[in-house]
Amino acid sequence: MRHWVHDIYEVFRAQTVSMVSYVPDAGHVDLIKLCEADEMMRVVSLTTEEEGVAFAAGAYLGGKRAALLMQSSGVGNCINMLSLIKTCQLPFLTLVTMRGEFGEFNPWQIPMGQATPLVLSAMGLIVYRVDAPSEVRDVLEAAVSLAFGSYCGVAVLLSQRLIGTKRFVEEK
Amino acid sequence: MNLAPRLNRREVVTALLADRGDLLVVAGLGATAWDVASVEDHPLDFPLWGAMGGAAMVGLGLAFAQPSRKVLVITGDGEMLMGMGSLATIATARPRNLRIAVIDNECYAETGRQRTSTAFGADIAAVALACGFPHARTVWEADEIEPLRADIHQRDDLFLAVIKVALSDDPKALPPRDGAYLKNRMRAALLGPQIFSE
Repeated sequence: MRHWVHDIYEVFRAQTVSMVSYVPDAGHVDLIKLCEADEMMRVVSLTTEEEGVAFAAGAYLGGKRAALLMQSSGVGNCINMLSLIKTCQLPFLTLVTMRGEFGEFNPWQIPMGQATPLVLSAMGLIVYRVDAPSEVRDVLEAAVSLAFGSYCGVAVLLSQRLIGTKRFVEEK
Repeated sequence: MNLAPRLNRREVVTALLADRGDLLVVAGLGATAWDVASVEDHPLDFPLWGAMGGAAMVGLGLAFAQPSRKVLVITGDGEMLMGMGSLATIATARPRNLRIAVIDNECYAETGRQRTSTAFGADIAAVALACGFPHARTVWEADEIEPLRADIHQRDDLFLAVIKVALSDDPKALPPRDGAYLKNRMRAALLGPQIFSE
């Protein structure tokens, strides 16, 4: 397991992020496994990503901290539901594994991947991007503090350079 | 065979919220939010003014965060249809303390009464059962409301009820619309005033 994935899990534990919802992506596999193995965490598999925005809102109303894990293609599904976050000044944390950028092989991933930071910003979220494994812990700690301390939505984009570009065909 | 729904939505919602105790309520946008507000403006209500399709999932988050409390989502057929996938998510998560009441007038009443799929036979209770809900039913008659109210407090498992209601012109009853206020009010009532200094 890549070390930065464990860093994310440790920040979740240290900062009492105890509810995690996700639409899976290859880049989130190990984090989902770590969370599902943890009896202190409630982990929910979603039908579509915007459910995770509403789920996080409910969790916070009930006094818990949630995070939404998704791929960049899921960000577009969330747009209107993110109204909740800004209107209600709700803390919200999402970790987005990026596609459609650094070395992408699948052209269908490009439009949403390229639009992801713009869409999140347009809906009022603060967006951080991580390219280097050594930055993951610091950025995530800052994101959690910002979201839950300052009542705002924060997205951490885990870049394709960080997670590794997906390969569909053997390189020659 | 039931031809046209006869129940009055305001009477149904008023009856369902009678003697509510410490019940937590999430209301879907539009008419169901007005219905809930028409009963009283309660600090343990979270009426939505947007986020269409999200009411049931707000309920799931709240139900997991507060496992010792019963959580009731009251929403409309149009709102539930938009979030129909969440019925699969919720059935899989299976929170025993969550209940969903779909007030089904078979149309988008706020926007010109265009008919929804439920007017043509889409059966939200059957969808819930097919998704794995341990219990779901459709209610047509007035004498089924009190047993439903009792279930909200007593049934120890997830369930969904569709309540077929007539189209009606109800007096406007608007809840507060400041989302930050609604959030803070519910959290303070539920978690205590210390939330503002944490």
